[in-house]
Amino acid sequence: MSTRKDRVALPPANAQKTNMTCHFCIVGCGYRVYKWPENGEGGRAPHQNALGLDFRKQLPPLQVVMTPAMQNVITDKDGTRHSIMIVPDKQCVVNQGLSSIRGGNLATDMYTPMGVGKDRLKYPRINMGDQWLDTTWDQALAVYAGVTKKILDKDGPSGLVFDTADHGGAGGGFEMTWGTGKLMFTALQTPMVRIHNRPAYNSECHATRDMGIGELNNSYEDAEVADTIISIGNNPYETQTNYFLVHWLPNLQGATVDKKKKWFPRESAGRGKVIFVDPRRTPSIAVAEQAAGKENVLHLDIEPGTDIALFNGLFTYVLQQGWHDKDFINKHTTGFDEAVKANRMSLDECSQITGISVANLKKAAEWAYKPKASGHPPRTMHAYEKGIIWGNDNYLIQSALVDLVIATHNVGRRGTGVVRMGGHQEGYTRPPYPGNSKIYIDQEIINGKGKMYTAWGANPFQTTLNAEQHRETIQRRSQMVKEALSKARGATTEEMINAIYDAVSRGGLFFVNINLYPTTMADAAHLMLPAAHPGEINITAMNGERRIRLSEKFMDPPGEAKADCLIAAGIANTLKSMYEADGNAKMAARFAGFDWKTDEDAFNDGFRKPEGIDSQGGGTGGLVTYQRLRAQGNNGVQLPVKEYKNGKLIGTEMHYMDGKFDTKDGKAHFQPSPWPGLPKPVASQKEKYRFWINNGRSNEIWQTAYHDQYNEFVKGRYPMSYIEINPEDAKSLGVSSGDIVEVRNDYGSTYAMAYLEPDIKRNQTFMVFAQANGTVGDVVTPWTDRNVVPYYKGTWADIRRVGSLDDYKKTVSFKRRRWS
Amino acid sequence: MTNKISRRVFLKLSGGMAAGAGVMVAGVGAAQAAQGEVGRATLPYPQKAIGKAKVLRNNVPVSFQYPDAASPCVMVKMGNPVPNGIGPDKDIVAYSVLCTHMGCQVSYDTQTRAFKCPCHFSTFDAEKTGQMIIGQATENLPQIMLEYNAKDDSVRAVAVNGLIYGRQSNIL
Repeated sequence: MSTRKDRVALPPANAQKTNMTCHFCIVGCGYRVYKWPENGEGGRAPHQNALGLDFRKQLPPLQVVMTPAMQNVITDKDGTRHSIMIVPDKQCVVNQGLSSIRGGNLATDMYTPMGVGKDRLKYPRINMGDQWLDTTWDQALAVYAGVTKKILDKDGPSGLVFDTADHGGAGGGFEMTWGTGKLMFTALQTPMVRIHNRPAYNSECHATRDMGIGELNNSYEDAEVADTIISIGNNPYETQTNYFLVHWLPNLQGATVDKKKKWFPRESAGRGKVIFVDPRRTPSIAVAEQAAGKENVLHLDIEPGTDIALFNGLFTYVLQQGWHDKDFINKHTTGFDEAVKANRMSLDECSQITGISVANLKKAAEWAYKPKASGHPPRTMHAYEKGIIWGNDNYLIQSALVDLVIATHNVGRRGTGVVRMGGHQEGYTRPPYPGNSKIYIDQEIINGKGKMYTAWGANPFQTTLNAEQHRETIQRRSQMVKEALSKARGATTEEMINAIYDAVSRGGLFFVNINLYPTTMADAAHLMLPAAHPGEINITAMNGERRIRLSEKFMDPPGEAKADCLIAAGIANTLKSMYEADGNAKMAARFAGFDWKTDEDAFNDGFRKPEGIDSQGGGTGGLVTYQRLRAQGNNGVQLPVKEYKNGKLIGTEMHYMDGKFDTKDGKAHFQPSPWPGLPKPVASQKEKYRFWINNGRSNEIWQTAYHDQYNEFVKGRYPMSYIEINPEDAKSLGVSSGDIVEVRNDYGSTYAMAYLEPDIKRNQTFMVFAQANGTVGDVVTPWTDRNVVPYYKGTWADIRRVGSLDDYKKTVSFKRRRWS
Repeated sequence: MTNKISRRVFLKLSGGMAAGAGVMVAGVGAAQAAQGEVGRATLPYPQKAIGKAKVLRNNVPVSFQYPDAASPCVMVKMGNPVPNGIGPDKDIVAYSVLCTHMGCQVSYDTQTRAFKCPCHFSTFDAEKTGQMIIGQATENLPQIMLEYNAKDDSVRAVAVNGLIYGRQSNIL
């Protein structure tokens, strides 16, 4: 068979059609899944294929995205083989027929024995000390529940540690967060939980919530009608691709002027402008300049870690100019005077700290806050992401930013909003967290606390800070359990549980990995449970404009893999039986209520019964059913749902339009956020080491590369983490593109593939985050803000050349990723 | 191996027949004609002479169509040996210029030696088999497989690696 990938099989007109929301980034693009028997295919005439397109001749541009990566052949449990094609949905208002490189690979990522998923976990696996063996769900659950029960009974819940997803999309969803949440918080009642990308059970957006403003408060459509968009620490071409391409660019190119005139008839309207706040000239900036013209793009190339000073400087200047909304401040806010006092900073001082010229600071303020020709205040949307979420004091930066936003009333009006751009989709529905403080879980583990660690749809080896020490500790403590298991050969399940408990009582750590793949955690794990992902199960999640969709199951998971919510139910039900056998009715009752047969059962038990729990569905979650969502297809509905009327769920496009905020008195609350300087551990690394190691996501690689590390297209492009280095700096280090370099500081060391890029400033770099083959977390300091939110971006290190791999140089392109 | 079979089948079938615009098409009916002789594991690509190696100037793109008139392509002599490069200097490569994402025509940038798409800003490396440098495509740029005949200095297109945008199959 040819491997040229020069033809695809067309879905016949009668192919099965289901909806799928792309389960990778937050944008949640709509896709259509076609499935039909492998031995058939549709004809080329429009009426003969499900796409309705005429393939008898060359299609004109922009008609379709249909690539070999969008096709696969899968096998169902009954042995039947089917072709599948997963293509972007033209009817979906989110992506309007566009696909990104991530969503474009949805079909490729579906399981086939020889495909990307060939290393998927198919059965529960147990480590007998020196080898992995497949085992049954019954035994795996007996071991999991047995060790859990022993720890719970003898040491209490704080011996049970979890690292788990709190999001939507793959590895998450309302079903997953509810299933795991009910197990951890209602049944086990452990507070020893961290979230997949940070070391505690906390939010990435505490400040804005404390100020009365939820972080997802507008619609993607608002970006189309904003006068100015401020993109802060955010690289949307790479990380929220189709939001940027479909909703931002048309505004920047002037294609939405008519819409603006229609929506705001009395106001001046022109093409939108964009201001990027980022120390790095990102590919997004290069694309925006190309698409919109340099005169409509302003790049504030801020000194790393100085965002608070920037917003305080702008805040002070805006007040001096009288561009704030006095009426709104008087009627709808509290705390203004305190914030004015605490945040006061002259433009000169702001310029000195941020490195941005006074002229550019003024220009930014004029673009974003100076009244328009018609006298109306501009509609400015503030979009932020990891640049400030993982920045120098998450809490204070958000406070400073939202102070500026409230003062200028850039929330609750169409065309505005102060919103996080997001990483994963959202999908949070859980009972309240059983604790009053935030526990820095990684430090607890490093200090020998905790006896059993479950990594659930999360990878604490690749997505944490101070990762080297954390990983080394887990390996060492895991080894104690492995030795005990080695010695217990031939043991019954009960004897095995006793041996494990004995080892964890002596400082060992029993480590369980619940995941799609073994991942790097297989090195330390003792038990692995196979999970399933969208397409193999039904899941619901919401995107960055709170749009919930049902992503429908269309094939079986591989082997005996299961939905996370059903794995949680399996664990809970096993524990319930164990307590019943003990005659302990009180404990058995804690594990009741997991009698779910399907993912929909979990959805109905959590999202649809919102009383007394924390749910992004809000109080009206009960109106949402799988059936109603199915009917609303890839457009779903924007949460919270207002009502169900005439057979349709009616949602919420924008929050706070009535001037009522999420505080007790309904007023938005200003918060003082004085400029604090860099935190000490970070400042000391900066003093000692030459290079700033900025880090984040790359367009082509989704998250930890759990699929992508098996995808030749992605792996061939980036065989290991790349690090962008200025060519002059590289010269001084004797480094050229494709060389392997070591990145090291007081906290650890890692390797990366050098990628020379002239837009990177001297003594600065950018390295891909969360990868196995080059983990930047290894050199991130353990410092966190008051809510235990890390400062991943606050990393300084030295770089040295390790050497060259000829194959990298031959096969990998090192041409500029910036449009030039 | 597959190339050899294709060529033999092609010679057997085409027998000097020349279609319009200099394109010799083996296409229709190939499978039937080959019956009982040798099977075909690849699509029936035509062989098309697209130029002489020695007249190509370094880094100057030359347009042609392949495998048919509806599929615009570009050939470039890179000036240094590149993977899959052919010719006396192993430096001649060719690609479909329809972006694999949504079919907008990519343009060859002589400065960066990359193909750039104006629609969604994907770029492809002409010196690395069409590898996507950054962008929203899920496939590299389809590479036109070339053969060089030293005797008459001719460059011929013989196949395509990768699906050309807007087609169910590269052979319409």
